[in-house]
Amino acid sequence: MTDITGAAPAALAGGRAGERLRLLVRSRSGMAGLIVVGLLVVLSLAAAFGLLPFDPLAQTPQVRLRPPSAEHWFGTDQFGRDVFSRVAAGVANSALIAVVAVAFATVVGTLAGVVAGFYRGASDAVVSGVTNVLFAFPPLLLALSLASVLDRNWFTIAVAIAIVYVPIFIRVTRGPVLSLREIEYVKAAVSTGASRVAIMFRHVLPNITSIVIVQVTLSLSWAVLTEASLSFLGLGAPPPAPSLGSMIYESRTLVSIAPWTMAAPGVVIVLFVVGLNLLGDGLRDSLDPRNRGTK
Amino acid sequence: MTAVRAITSNPVLRRILSSLGTLLGVAIFVFVMLRAIPGNQITAGLGTEAAALTPAQRAALEAYYGLDKPLVVQFFGWLGNVLTGNLGYSSRAQESVLELTSQSLPVTLELAVFSIVLALLIGIPLGMLSASKPDSPRDAFGQTVGLLGLSIPAFLLATALLAILSSTLRFNPNGEAYAYLTDNLLLNLQQMLLPSLVLGFGIAAPIMRTTRTAVLEVRGNDFIRTARAKGVGPRRLQFRHVLGNALVPIVTMTGLQFGYLLGGAVVVEQIFSLPGIGRQVLLGIQQKEYAVVQSTVLLIALAFVIVNLLTDLLYRVIDPRVRAE
Repeated sequence: MTDITGAAPAALAGGRAGERLRLLVRSRSGMAGLIVVGLLVVLSLAAAFGLLPFDPLAQTPQVRLRPPSAEHWFGTDQFGRDVFSRVAAGVANSALIAVVAVAFATVVGTLAGVVAGFYRGASDAVVSGVTNVLFAFPPLLLALSLASVLDRNWFTIAVAIAIVYVPIFIRVTRGPVLSLREIEYVKAAVSTGASRVAIMFRHVLPNITSIVIVQVTLSLSWAVLTEASLSFLGLGAPPPAPSLGSMIYESRTLVSIAPWTMAAPGVVIVLFVVGLNLLGDGLRDSLDPRNRGTK
Repeated sequence: MTAVRAITSNPVLRRILSSLGTLLGVAIFVFVMLRAIPGNQITAGLGTEAAALTPAQRAALEAYYGLDKPLVVQFFGWLGNVLTGNLGYSSRAQESVLELTSQSLPVTLELAVFSIVLALLIGIPLGMLSASKPDSPRDAFGQTVGLLGLSIPAFLLATALLAILSSTLRFNPNGEAYAYLTDNLLLNLQQMLLPSLVLGFGIAAPIMRTTRTAVLEVRGNDFIRTARAKGVGPRRLQFRHVLGNALVPIVTMTGLQFGYLLGGAVVVEQIFSLPGIGRQVLLGIQQKEYAVVQSTVLLIALAFVIVNLLTDLLYRVIDPRVRAE
């Protein structure tokens, strides 16, 4: 805990966005993550704008379980649907759910963490109590239980995943804010009579952005995993919506005759998560002021 | 007043008290969450037949379930039942949730113990290997295994392993009915092998990363140089001085992974047909038996809170600095 609080004020000391980006690109893992995630974003956009070679839902019984070919890049499944198009649409769906979930968790969690750390007192007690309660549930189990009681569509799944990740953002922001409020320039701002809200937005939030950015990237990778696990268990967006998790579930009886039905969504989901993890690691290194000027 | 001060000034008691507060919060959360379901126990149990109930019949059922009482009364009634061991009843299994859990909990505990042991056996040596020469090929190897462990979802690894092993080697001990530890030890261990490998691999990754970081950090300390200067052998230095001091973050990380483990158990038990507590939750959800879901989720959270508490208390044993505070 001490090293996080120690690093937070220093994060402001130097480094504009340009320098940070240069550091990210120069780190090999950050660059690899950026490329992988970039490619998957392009794939999702293609799916979102209907630029896929086939309709991911269209069933063509004549071409059931065909191996990968020039026409069907990743082969076809048991209903003759194009696996490549389904994987692309699945990536788009899981990206949408992950982004909405993490955006919600970031905004709510960061605000709650900042308010709790800055105002202390009753708000801190309430926020910390809620955080402890949410942390008492294993993450996947909490998402699963929430998804089971909510009406199932992509948005409620995003909400279920978001609730699981709110406490993480509270915890990573509250600590640094606690130490920031003891820093001289924040005290100086208080003594000049600046309003607390102004101090929070002008002096506190900018100082925790790097912590939040790293957390966002890592949370995206967990959100993708959670969404896939939920849909694998039959608690994701209902069929026939293409989802990487449910594709893998459906492929388990086909794998000996049509291994591509499992390999394609499997490899893509691992790439997706590896890419986000690499990007998160790269961002952490490039945003850490201790690494500035090295390499 | 002095008694209150004695409690609040004792860190161990304070930690236990705050855990109890968290558990109360957990109970409220679980209760409210299950009440948020559209409909209630009546519509959930009867499905579309609920529409055919006369108002009098509906009122009778509501009184039976206690739904006509205020929420606070319902909550404390439920909590009182839970605390006296009445966790509800599963009409499909024709057994009380307590009986169901007494059969499923040992399965999950066994899975958890095997998974953690495997994870430590993979994660700590791999982390020490990586840390022994940073930025070398062996570090890259360790880090790659760690990254894959973090990134391959348990359900994918489990499904792929099962599919590949059963089709090529005809090895599928989980295809047979589950053998309890006391009934058929050999078959039980075979059935536990793949599920604990899958979960263990997932937990090994964060343990490996933590070990690597902690070992690197400890090695830079003056007391390590002093130990080396006074002639401590490399093996003793590595295990007693370096690993001994790196143990606190490793234990913390292992404790934190217990949550991953309990969540992962839902997925892995489902895939490998292990009748554990995770499968109990999932069956409850699928069959809309909310009493089963509610009580089982509560028990799992209870287990998780206790593990976190024990992890915290364990520091005091491992790390004399915490004890002194």
